[in-house]
Amino acid sequence: MAKYYPHTESDIKQMLSVIGIDSVDSLYAGLEELKAEDIDLAEGMGQQGCERYIDKLSKQNKVYSSIFLGAGAYNHYIPAVVRNLAGREEFLTAYTPYQPEISQGILQTIFEYQTMICNLCGMDLSNASVYDGATALAEGLLMLAEKGKNKVLFSEGINPKYLEVVKTYLRAQNVEIEYVGLDGSGKTSIEELKRKLDQNTFAVALAQPNFYGVIEDAQAVGEIVKQRGANYIMSCNPISLALLKTPDECGADVATGEGQPLGMPLSFGGPYLGFIAAKQKYMRKMVGRIVGKTTDSKGKEAYVLTLQAREQHIRREKASSSICSNQAHCALMATLYMAAMGKKGMKEVASQCVSKAHYLAKKMTALEGFELKYGGEFFNEFVIRSKISSDKIIAACREKDILAGLKLGENEILWCVTETNSVEDMDKLIEVLKEAM
Amino acid sequence: MTIFELSKSGRTACPLQKRDVEEYKLDPKFLREADAMLPEVDELTLVRHYTALSKKAFGVDDGFYPLGSCTMKYNPKINEAAAALSGFTNIHPLQDQTQGALRLMWELSRDLCAITGMDMFTLQPAAGAHGEFTALLMIKAYHNSRNDHKRNKVIAPDSAHGTNPASAAMAGFEIINIPSSSDGLADLEALEKAVGEDTAAFMLTNPNTLGIFDKNIKKIADIVHKAGGLLYYDGANLNPIMGIIRPGDMGFDVVHLNLHKTFSAPHGGGGPGSGPVGCKKLLAEFLPWPTVEEDNGVYRFSKPHKSIGSVKAFYGNFLVLVKAFAYIKTLGKDGIRNSAKMSALNANYLMARLKEYFPCHSQDICMHEFVISCEELKQRTGVSALDLAKAMQDKGMHPPTMYFPLIVKEALMFEPTETESKETLDNAADIIIELCHEALNNPQSFHEKPLTTPIGRPDEVKAARFPILKG
Repeated sequence: MAKYYPHTESDIKQMLSVIGIDSVDSLYAGLEELKAEDIDLAEGMGQQGCERYIDKLSKQNKVYSSIFLGAGAYNHYIPAVVRNLAGREEFLTAYTPYQPEISQGILQTIFEYQTMICNLCGMDLSNASVYDGATALAEGLLMLAEKGKNKVLFSEGINPKYLEVVKTYLRAQNVEIEYVGLDGSGKTSIEELKRKLDQNTFAVALAQPNFYGVIEDAQAVGEIVKQRGANYIMSCNPISLALLKTPDECGADVATGEGQPLGMPLSFGGPYLGFIAAKQKYMRKMVGRIVGKTTDSKGKEAYVLTLQAREQHIRREKASSSICSNQAHCALMATLYMAAMGKKGMKEVASQCVSKAHYLAKKMTALEGFELKYGGEFFNEFVIRSKISSDKIIAACREKDILAGLKLGENEILWCVTETNSVEDMDKLIEVLKEAM
Repeated sequence: MTIFELSKSGRTACPLQKRDVEEYKLDPKFLREADAMLPEVDELTLVRHYTALSKKAFGVDDGFYPLGSCTMKYNPKINEAAAALSGFTNIHPLQDQTQGALRLMWELSRDLCAITGMDMFTLQPAAGAHGEFTALLMIKAYHNSRNDHKRNKVIAPDSAHGTNPASAAMAGFEIINIPSSSDGLADLEALEKAVGEDTAAFMLTNPNTLGIFDKNIKKIADIVHKAGGLLYYDGANLNPIMGIIRPGDMGFDVVHLNLHKTFSAPHGGGGPGSGPVGCKKLLAEFLPWPTVEEDNGVYRFSKPHKSIGSVKAFYGNFLVLVKAFAYIKTLGKDGIRNSAKMSALNANYLMARLKEYFPCHSQDICMHEFVISCEELKQRTGVSALDLAKAMQDKGMHPPTMYFPLIVKEALMFEPTETESKETLDNAADIIIELCHEALNNPQSFHEKPLTTPIGRPDEVKAARFPILKG
């Protein structure tokens, strides 16, 4: 039988005698009536049997050779060096770095992560990460809450799945969400924003690029929000930030986003990484772990978890959030990814995404009955309206081992292109579409 | 030295192929003014930097890690192998043909139901605190669905994990902290007084944070239920009873588990974890969506009738689920139950070895962990729990949890877990006893410790007063 405890029979005997009891079951003395007689759990498969079983399950999932689906989870190239270093057991099997003297490696990587996220966003401080892009936006909004105001304005260009999570979080605090629609170009409507931004609004949330791939005029939105004295939070694709105006340049108070594109595989939706970065004045309101730099008793450079007076283990019900863990190992992957790609490489990934997406969009719109839904400038995703049905397109792609974009409507698909899609893959996709017509 | 200080302009480890299409230039009005300051290093520099950093970290694979309430058991390598399979890592959350992944989630849910005595599970929450928040929202929705809107208070013992009251506040509840009795158990009288028609729930972990199993649990459940409240199980301490005594049979209505503790998924230096929530039928329609359902061998996502909404963009930390699944399938019923027993045996053995040196707050028999107090030692020698913990680092072991629970002065909380051998426990006990003697004979030596670690004690006050949060 499989087991991970090392006890021999004689070990157990000796241990019991030191404890002063005669059987292991005596440890549960007095609890007999609470014990479950039998439970509906199969006998163990052992390691070999388990491996065979799980391998079989994994093969019941289709791994596509060519992926044009994004919508919140992006298929980027992950350098081998990222996977290799992230797999080091010291990083993997450690707990939260409560003992700084023997956790400098983990603390320093988080510090480096915080620095990279700040530099990407143009922000002053970053936490050590939260669960994912959706909860980052929700927690970020809660950070911005002000007494006497109970409304947030939420762009309809934000990922609908993020909206679901934000609703869940804000409902509990009785915060009202009002929506700002998109204009014909696919950007958040400035007119509608102006109309709805009132004294009761404490924050405006915008995605960059938005869910439909369109690059928002985030700076113009920022100017309006500031004029009206509200707070401004953005949810960004971190790859795009290598090229696009930083949240700081757009006037944002808090920048959040999904860190998965930074070296994490698709993994059926998780584990991913939520990042939150903010301007200096929000330091005491920041949620979650933060690492700071200090010195040790001999004046040597040292890193520690800091500003813990914000956190649940000190403040209990008055904490800025109940979050205890972060996604440390995912933050490590993001750090390794950004360090491997570097200043030039990050820009190169972003630029290839843009160029390839435009190549595909151009080829698609050259087909009869295919057109871009929105006229606005886009990053690496775009919505195509077509005469033939979405279902027919998706099925035709599936047959050729291509994962098509996300169906948004009967005749609308959100396509995504990254640096992993070669020109041959894209030309093949176009051929499939031609055949489907 | 940070990776930034190793940078040199022009270097990169970027492995990308050349762009194979015409360049498209975005409208300059959208572009950032200056490039993001990211490191510029070659691949070998990168590898050496992070390899060196990894050596300044301490994991379960490096040595004994009796961190109380954290269940630092061995993370079997088969879990990692399973989670690295291409059929799991390379599937998009919104794609079709994922029956294997859905089946895994379904079976894991059923297994967790069997272990906890619950009826339904969500695997969406990403961590224990996230699970607490989720379950409390379900409790709120439940009371509201019965037009019982006055239930706005959550009760928790003062020995509870800090996340309990913090999650309750996030879910919009007021918190009532009740004192523990002198033996660290829930004070029934205080509980009787605290419950009423405004009680939404009582949050409890059993065994509690002192490692004591609360034998009054059925009475507690009665008190809470009679008042119309629900009983919440914080699964942080499930390890010594998994598969043996089930929260569902104790009278709990809803539970969160920590797959990264009890079910051997690694902690990753602070995450990703996974905090599934299981509930009895009465709460099932409020579970977050999507949940997984099975129909004649076909698996699909569904949305519970009165769902509280989603708490995460997709379905949870899927790869962590794979690791917990591998653990449960490998061990099975007997393996799970025996692991629980060996965790209690290990904790009691270590406690028995230390008992005569320190006052112990976990009764004669503890469960998975025990708490000692260094108060007397501190009074006599000036050596505190912190000093003792720091000295353990020099001996190659990770210190236990310090200063928790808050109800014990100068507390050290040990949770050895079942995967440690008698020799490891003996060695740890010898180290601690030796340190105890040293404290009596040479207390001054402690204030400098640790001496052999990459850094000495850091100045945490300086870190908080003059925050440097980026390089």
